[in-house]
Amino acid sequence: MDELEEFRTIFFQECNELLGSLEEALSEVENGTAESDHIHAAFRAIHSIKGGAGAFGFDGMVSFCHTFESVLDKLRNNQIPMSGNLIRLMLRSKDIVADLVEGAQTGASGLENMGSDILAELQATLDTGEAPEPGSVGAKAPAAPKAAAAPAPAPVQEAAPAEEELLDEGPVEREVVIHFHPEADLIRAAIDPLKLFRDLQAFGGVSAEVTKEAIPNFEDFQPSQCYCEWKLSMWTSASQEDIEDIFFFAKEYASIKYEFAEPEPVEAPAPKPAAAAPAPAVAAPAPAAVAAPAPAEKIETTNNAIAAAKAEKPDPEANAAKGQKAPITLRVDLVRIDRLVNMVGETVITQSVLAQQATALSPEHHSALLHAIEALSRQTRELQESVMSIRAQPVKNVFQRMNRLVRELNLSLGKDVKLVLHGEHTEVDTTVIEELSDPLVHMIRNSMDHGIEMPDERTAAGKPSEGTIKLSADHRSSRIVITITDDGRGINRERVLQKAIEKGLFPADVKLTPEEIENIIFMPGFSTADAISSVSGRGVGMDVVRRNIQALGGRVFITSNPGKGTVFTMTLPLTLAVLDGMVIKVGTENFIIPITSIIEASRTESHEISVMPNGTRVINVRGNYIRMINLGNALGEELVGEKTQVLIVETEAHGQVGLLVDDLIGQQQIVIKSLETNYRRVDGISGATILGDGKVALILDVDALAVTNLGSNSYHGGGFPEDGDAGEIENSEAA
Amino acid sequence: MAKKILAIDDMKTLRDLLGKVLRNAGYEVVEAVDGVDGLKKFDQSKPDLVISDLNMPNMDGIGFVAGARERENGKSVPILILTTETNEALKQRAKQAGATGWLTKPFNPQRLTKLVDQLTGVRRG
Repeated sequence: MDELEEFRTIFFQECNELLGSLEEALSEVENGTAESDHIHAAFRAIHSIKGGAGAFGFDGMVSFCHTFESVLDKLRNNQIPMSGNLIRLMLRSKDIVADLVEGAQTGASGLENMGSDILAELQATLDTGEAPEPGSVGAKAPAAPKAAAAPAPAPVQEAAPAEEELLDEGPVEREVVIHFHPEADLIRAAIDPLKLFRDLQAFGGVSAEVTKEAIPNFEDFQPSQCYCEWKLSMWTSASQEDIEDIFFFAKEYASIKYEFAEPEPVEAPAPKPAAAAPAPAVAAPAPAAVAAPAPAEKIETTNNAIAAAKAEKPDPEANAAKGQKAPITLRVDLVRIDRLVNMVGETVITQSVLAQQATALSPEHHSALLHAIEALSRQTRELQESVMSIRAQPVKNVFQRMNRLVRELNLSLGKDVKLVLHGEHTEVDTTVIEELSDPLVHMIRNSMDHGIEMPDERTAAGKPSEGTIKLSADHRSSRIVITITDDGRGINRERVLQKAIEKGLFPADVKLTPEEIENIIFMPGFSTADAISSVSGRGVGMDVVRRNIQALGGRVFITSNPGKGTVFTMTLPLTLAVLDGMVIKVGTENFIIPITSIIEASRTESHEISVMPNGTRVINVRGNYIRMINLGNALGEELVGEKTQVLIVETEAHGQVGLLVDDLIGQQQIVIKSLETNYRRVDGISGATILGDGKVALILDVDALAVTNLGSNSYHGGGFPEDGDAGEIENSEAA
Repeated sequence: MAKKILAIDDMKTLRDLLGKVLRNAGYEVVEAVDGVDGLKKFDQSKPDLVISDLNMPNMDGIGFVAGARERENGKSVPILILTTETNEALKQRAKQAGATGWLTKPFNPQRLTKLVDQLTGVRRG
């Protein structure tokens, strides 16, 4: 059944989409803004998941969805009342379905019992016509889940028994008699008795007796009605299964009785008197007509038809909801889009090569060519934007997953927090979306665990007992900015600093600005939780968050207003295929530094440069001592040193670091090419690109450079030499 | 000429799955996303057999069967309902409308092919 395998991926994708629309429908319900359309949509989503699950044999999912669907069905028919309990139950049921889908996808075991308590509550809802109190059913009535699961196996029975029985039947001929008494509707259901007899004939010669007393007079005769009854007799070695299969559909429209004679072992088959001598059989029309069954037609698979059919995917959900024409969408393998993105990238490079070459041409003699090149540059940029927009997806899917997180945390923390979403239609590159989920989960957990107070504590502080977390997304220049705002207690700066000092992250007499203290929570190994809770406080978390976000070329920071709340701000590039880079010159080579990590650039002459005892040079920027890396040394080039500049960049391990470079050439959009796939990983280099002059330029990984050149063990914040004593710094002349 | 089957299901996975199984069995498969679309495709492509889901937006499987049976060319085309529903009342309604048969998901590809072969009169090996 390999062909099934191929569809599992699509099925799970579709499940996730359906879960999305279910979530959407249920949150309308939760907000009290639901209309009957929303309940229908929820029902259809669950029904479709059930259908798919059935097709793939995920029985647990089928049985759960079946019960859930029944509840939704009763709800839409107003057979059970809407209640707070019911809404909570439905939301939790949706979570279970999501778990079941995920479990089925990963092939996890032990899915049978997943959500059995919720299933029991759903069943109780069906039984009593009212949603029970949460937790009131599962604990007291452990028998319920079993009962609820009972209807499930039904759909599965269809397929299983067939093969086994086939094996038992030997190829021995015996007599089979079939009494076939169709209902009048048989022909209306497009079942042609003649065809059935032909099919039967394939197993051996059939003789038929027909009872035609019921045939009315011509004027009363309805051609769509069946008036005859048949008794069919045959000798055949075909299995009972095969024979009954012929009447598989007809049996719904007929009473059929089979008599299967015991095969007679050794002797030649002596026909039994009763059946063998059918009274001078009225030959049914069948045998004659079937004497030579048409040979199987030669069949060609039409690949084109497959492709054409696949290309078409109207969205029936939206169609139904609005009754208007749905946008036609197309599901395309990401690999193909990536190939397209790549090609467009190449085109961008070629275009910039052309543009560069064209600068040498005289505008007088080549004006047409120059115009064309200019047009080409506009068009390639547009092309690039269009291609990027194919990969773009709204952050909605990720955002909506957070609803569940907040619900679960509310339960486990005993808090009362509402999640508000803003700008969930903001679009970002697919790759970024995928990477967005984990950091969001961590930050929301952090806000809920540390930020928002217990309800009574909030009331005491004069706040509404229900806390709010606002998750919002916004485009700002070529980046997406995501903020997570809570109205909790804010960061206790004294406590954070104290903890950091206790942990040896800072010397005891360190002086930090409030922002610097707040951002300590992103440092590796820092956790303020006194007792480790299940939610957060494992001491990993926020530092991992920062690292992951930086790996995406993003940044994250925190600001807090004591007593009022905390804001996490995360900025990410819209795409990982293109970045805005600063082209710099080191010796004879050009390199790229991502604009996102650059804080400022200035001439070295305007600052005081000192050398510390360990040889590290530091630069004094407005009173802050920032350590410097000579990129010439670091990259094996010789700095020319005529107009040396220092670029202050933000790094993860070392905070602000100054990079000494020969020149800043300019800002440029860079198409990122992976070094690993074309060569191998090189420390300190995150990728490569091709510049307008056709030369390859390496993209620098400033974090890795800082670690390599300044050591891996330091603290964030920058400007604080190890021993915290500026007196030991020797002044020296700038290089 | 390959026999033509119209597969109606609002879920793409199911359509793909059915399509794959049936195409592998040598059928030409036309897909439709609901009853309304199904009737349109039914008129356009004149299938030899229809396999329809039951629960769909716009027009459900029963509506489709009833609509198809009203058509002059729809009286003799076998129409199968393929569903997870096991509800007897629904089944009776489908029967009433003139559905040829009722298959419950999950389906076993070999078995489905066999039953479809019977209805379309395709013989193999």
